[in-house]
Amino acid sequence: MLEVRDLKVNYGAIKALHGISLRVNQGEIVTLIGSNGAGKSTTLRTISGLLRPASGDILFEGASIRATPPHEIVRLGLVQSPEGRGVFPNMTVDENLQLGAFVRPASERGAIAADRERALGLFPRLRERLKQSAGTLSGGEQQMLAMARALIAKPRLLLLDEPSLGLAPQIVQTIFKIIRDINASGTTILLVEQNANMALRVAHRAYVLEVGRITMEGAAAELAQSDEVRKAYLGHG
Amino acid sequence: MRHGVDQHAMQPGASSLTTLVRAWAPVLACLLLAVVLQMVVGPLLVSAGWDFAAKLLLDIGINVILAVSLTMVNGFTGQFSIGHAAFMAVGAYVAAGIVYYGSFRLFGSAEMAGGLLSSAPEGRQGAWLTRGDALFGLSILAGGVASAGCGYLVGLPSLRLRGDYLAIVTLGFGEIVRVLIQSQTTETLYDPEEIAKTPLWQLPKYLGGALGFSGLPFYTSLFWVWVFALLTVLVAYRIKSSTYGRAFLSIREDEIASEAMGVDTTRYKVRAFVISAFFAGCAGALFAHTVGVQLNAGELGFVKSFDIIIMVVLGGLGSISGAFLAAIILTILPELLRSVSEYRMVAYATALILMMLLRPQGLLGVREIWDKRTWRWLTGSRTRKRGGS
Repeated sequence: MLEVRDLKVNYGAIKALHGISLRVNQGEIVTLIGSNGAGKSTTLRTISGLLRPASGDILFEGASIRATPPHEIVRLGLVQSPEGRGVFPNMTVDENLQLGAFVRPASERGAIAADRERALGLFPRLRERLKQSAGTLSGGEQQMLAMARALIAKPRLLLLDEPSLGLAPQIVQTIFKIIRDINASGTTILLVEQNANMALRVAHRAYVLEVGRITMEGAAAELAQSDEVRKAYLGHG
Repeated sequence: MRHGVDQHAMQPGASSLTTLVRAWAPVLACLLLAVVLQMVVGPLLVSAGWDFAAKLLLDIGINVILAVSLTMVNGFTGQFSIGHAAFMAVGAYVAAGIVYYGSFRLFGSAEMAGGLLSSAPEGRQGAWLTRGDALFGLSILAGGVASAGCGYLVGLPSLRLRGDYLAIVTLGFGEIVRVLIQSQTTETLYDPEEIAKTPLWQLPKYLGGALGFSGLPFYTSLFWVWVFALLTVLVAYRIKSSTYGRAFLSIREDEIASEAMGVDTTRYKVRAFVISAFFAGCAGALFAHTVGVQLNAGELGFVKSFDIIIMVVLGGLGSISGAFLAAIILTILPELLRSVSEYRMVAYATALILMMLLRPQGLLGVREIWDKRTWRWLTGSRTRKRGGS
């Protein structure tokens, strides 16, 4: 479904990605783990068109999207839930959700309402807070809102950027359970995470990113067992 | 326009007739209100001896157009334009040129040839609208369109960049417009025969240059000003409450997230900029034909731009009703302070500083006066908790 080929990205003179390649198949949860500054978010932002690669290519359903502007990429069904939650703080939860449907034509009214219901079903807390400003939500609720909003855009491939960032462990559990639910209902997911422990538990396959290079890849369950990963990311000595 | 339709107008089951009525009724209401102001309120004020109030209502209306239109850029999309007066100048000069030389060509002189709706409250007679009004009305629109065109040219390259760059570009644009107008010949033609002989394309040279464009007919009336002021508010409101408008607001809130939702942020910023420039141009056209105004580009420099920004900031960035209120307050305040004549500007500045200290978010913040939340927030009964996990 998504294929990244030898992607190189620079921030000015600084090379952030030294040629990474990865693949996401239909129906999978693929996770990209790595420590701070490894280039995880850079990868995701390049895929969604917010950054331009210096070289390499990105194929979505076989067609190159490396020069496609971000708003067109969303229309193709590749939707990102941005890092740091990226909700619109002065708008209500309801208005945030409406912006999720921004790329969908008005003729899909019925389908949009159904998707909204489905998203609110996944995140019942949001339903209680529809009229509240998004900026007054707790961190976990903001994360839920960002994900619900992305779901209403009807993604074929959902890009999640650090959904567990700065959240209490209990909320993280909830969020990851919902990620699995979203996937079970047919949405392919590319998950970028620092929390390797949780990410490897929900993902089918995983890539390990270290300073701009992919150093390991494979089935998530196998990686979780590998010594290097356990040492470096899972806190087992 | 896929996203542009007002939500209320799209409720399922609404027939096309109801939709039509809902879409146009507010426009008619604006027209009606402006007519009432012109035909009833104006004469009442004058007969009560409050001529100054009638004049003040003109200034307020023009400032409302300026402030509310700038709100669409600085408030809705969160960009920072500081060249709003330049768009006003473009509209003013385009309209003034058309009205002045158009009057000579069509009617033989630049005498005011308007009907009741564009006359001052005193000494009115004749038809409601005349050929002169048609010329004036069209010239306002032409001023708006010319200004919108400039907005597009300035906005397209600069709105790709972030905030500060736009500020610099708009500041530069403002100065360019001012200098270009002022460096033209100071001549204004006033001999009908000479004007009739001069080819049409040469007339735009004679706009008075640095001396100012004098001899313009005073068409601007309560009717014209408030038709445009109310329409500006209506358009701003419609934009803000539509899906289309939420795209504008989302850019201010978080540009990256907005892109991630599929909003073409550059295009939307340019759109807001063009719409805003259009109304600024209309305001300029109205300003140029106001009693007691001698159109001079020197007065439409960045000082004027800052006056408008102050209104927008004071009202609360993004609040239409806030900009409206601030335009009223900041038009009246200098007049009230006339009693302390020489300290007037000091008092004005002090008042502004105090306002910003006491309400840094502006009068209404991002809210509108009709929001329920505003009242809870103004009265301080904030019960919801913030933050959390």
